[in-house]
Amino acid sequence: MTDIPPRTLFEKVWDEHVVVPETPDTPAVLYIDLHLVHEVTTPQAFDVLRRRGLAVRRPDLTLGTLDHSTPTTPVRTLRDLAVVGESAAGQVRRMQENCAEFAIELLAFDSPERGIVHVIGPELGVTQPGKTIVCGDSHTSTHGAFGALAFGIGTTEVGHVLATQCLLQRRPKTLAVEIEGPLPAGVTAKDAILAVIGEIGVAGGTGHVIEYRGSAIRAMGMEARMTVCNMSIEAGARAGMVAPDDTTFEYLAGRPRAPQGAAWDAALARWRALASDPAATFDRSVALAGARLKPMVTFGTNPGMVVGIDEPVPETGSDGRFRKALEYMQVSPGKPLTDTAVDVVFVGSCTNSRLSDLEQAASLLRGRRVAPGVRMLVVPGSQQVKRDAEARGLHEVFLAAGAEWRESGCSMCLGMNGDTVPRGKLCVSTSNRNFEGRQGVGARTVLASPLTAAASAVRGRIADPRELFDGRGEERH
Amino acid sequence: MQPRTDIEPLREVVSRTVVLPQDDIDTDQIIPARFLTTTTREGLGRQLFHDWRYRPDGTPDPEFVLNRPDAAGCRVLVAGNNFGCGSSREHAPWALLDYGFRAVISTEIADIFRGNALKNGLLPIVVDGDTQRWLLAHPGAEVTIDVAASTLELPTGRTVEWPLDAFGRYCLLEGIDPLGFLLQHAARIDTFERSRSWTP
Ligand code: SF4
Repeated sequence: MTDIPPRTLFEKVWDEHVVVPETPDTPAVLYIDLHLVHEVTTPQAFDVLRRRGLAVRRPDLTLGTLDHSTPTTPVRTLRDLAVVGESAAGQVRRMQENCAEFAIELLAFDSPERGIVHVIGPELGVTQPGKTIVCGDSHTSTHGAFGALAFGIGTTEVGHVLATQCLLQRRPKTLAVEIEGPLPAGVTAKDAILAVIGEIGVAGGTGHVIEYRGSAIRAMGMEARMTVCNMSIEAGARAGMVAPDDTTFEYLAGRPRAPQGAAWDAALARWRALASDPAATFDRSVALAGARLKPMVTFGTNPGMVVGIDEPVPETGSDGRFRKALEYMQVSPGKPLTDTAVDVVFVGSCTNSRLSDLEQAASLLRGRRVAPGVRMLVVPGSQQVKRDAEARGLHEVFLAAGAEWRESGCSMCLGMNGDTVPRGKLCVSTSNRNFEGRQGVGARTVLASPLTAAASAVRGRIADPRELFDGRGEERH
Repeated sequence: MQPRTDIEPLREVVSRTVVLPQDDIDTDQIIPARFLTTTTREGLGRQLFHDWRYRPDGTPDPEFVLNRPDAAGCRVLVAGNNFGCGSSREHAPWALLDYGFRAVISTEIADIFRGNALKNGLLPIVVDGDTQRWLLAHPGAEVTIDVAASTLELPTGRTVEWPLDAFGRYCLLEGIDPLGFLLQHAARIDTFERSRSWTP
């Protein structure tokens, strides 16, 4: 064993899954341990299997859910969910037929375990350290928070994994992102990852797998680490990972699909060996001082166009796109965003829809009201999150404040299910993409943390959450 | 045994060009998200560049380049800088292919779009600024794209190379799609599964 050179977390997971090594002419064949499938990026892949007479190689390593084009309007029973639009309904029906035909378990509308694909994997305990995990969705990087190698794939590749449980991949490079803590009060994991993207740029991670390291990351709970890894793709990275530790193991212990008994002990021994060796080297590294981070807000039309909430929007950017983005956002350079009027506030998406995210938003809304004229949607990431939040009474806080409390789904993150931001309106959103038109044709998106989103809902303008702290304990996030 | 395949071998594209000079054409412009509820890959060509191609009342905008008579039959799209950024939706190359394009030329093509395009037999051709400027200034120029040599030849006789990795070239020339290639490794995958020290 001693002749193995020091390796990073990524390299250990990669090496263990190489079926056929890469050559200058051909990519590696990489084995996939978990394939998550949803209704939008799979129907054409199932068609390929049918056309070529192929079976799903490992239905037992494949898990389906409905999330992207599913409605989140509150219903009495989950069977009442009517999908908005005929085409979306057809897509949902096709997903049900495909999963039945190919013997894949589907967490459908009536499943209490349904939710956004990147929320339910961890919640159920199928997301585990050391696994390779893929899904036809770029935010699959979320699962890297557990020390899994997890990344998004296109529909053709969904077909590859269904048929062979493998993918053709060139080995990416490694990038260490070190954040030394602690994070100041009011600064969350979302702010940290927005600051990272602002620092390295939206293409800064291209061709790399990021490993998030440092005391600020170690101090984070699993949900915060998921928020960080979720947005790796927004920095252009293939994936993001955090070495598994006791926080990880505590989160997984007892989850319905985590290993149990002797299998748990064996898994634990294996997982403990995954962390990067002390002498391992990365192709690149970047360091951020956690103590200097602030609540962050985006001002432009990509997640790299981001400033501290009390900092002025820059006067110049590198190219013509910068001006165009400011015009689209109707933002003036040289001033902070904090006076900008808000029309919609969205708390949700695979970035920030877990219990701790909702608790953060609720902590600022308790005893307060959403400002007149502002529509606030709170969309839990899964039915489980919804139940947990309701058990803690968070829904009452949101409803009393005048916010909407919805069924789980992607909702206003991409506006495929009818939840959209009207043209020209400004939405403070806890999601991950602020592209032109992402939340609706002509919608203006400002990405922020759940704390900043809640503070902005209360003030009716983009607001620094720290202004609302009144010693009730919100500062301990 | 030659694996069964979904794509035809592609050695050469000879065609006039259509020019869309905009920079940063992202996947939401190529195919807006509201059309992603489809369950097939056919027919997406009708929604290609939808919000540019059709007026709000649904009628084709006669000013838009794809709606002009001389665009018919063109298989090569010349775009401004940085083509294809945004989401991982494979619907973007499907829409271009369904419309009839076999190649897109730009100075920069986003990673995920590039990979998705190649897997579907759409050539992502990255050229230098001079070549692109010439192409933008000469809409309808007849170009010849050679896959084996990965070159692009202009009617002026000027020939430039574009980057194509060995595996991509092999798959295009032989009409081997990566799934066929993977299926050839079935025995190695069996062995891998049997020899693992743990099971997922
Ligand atoms: S919440 Fe948004 S980013 Fe996440 S999976 Fe759904 S659509 Fe994608």
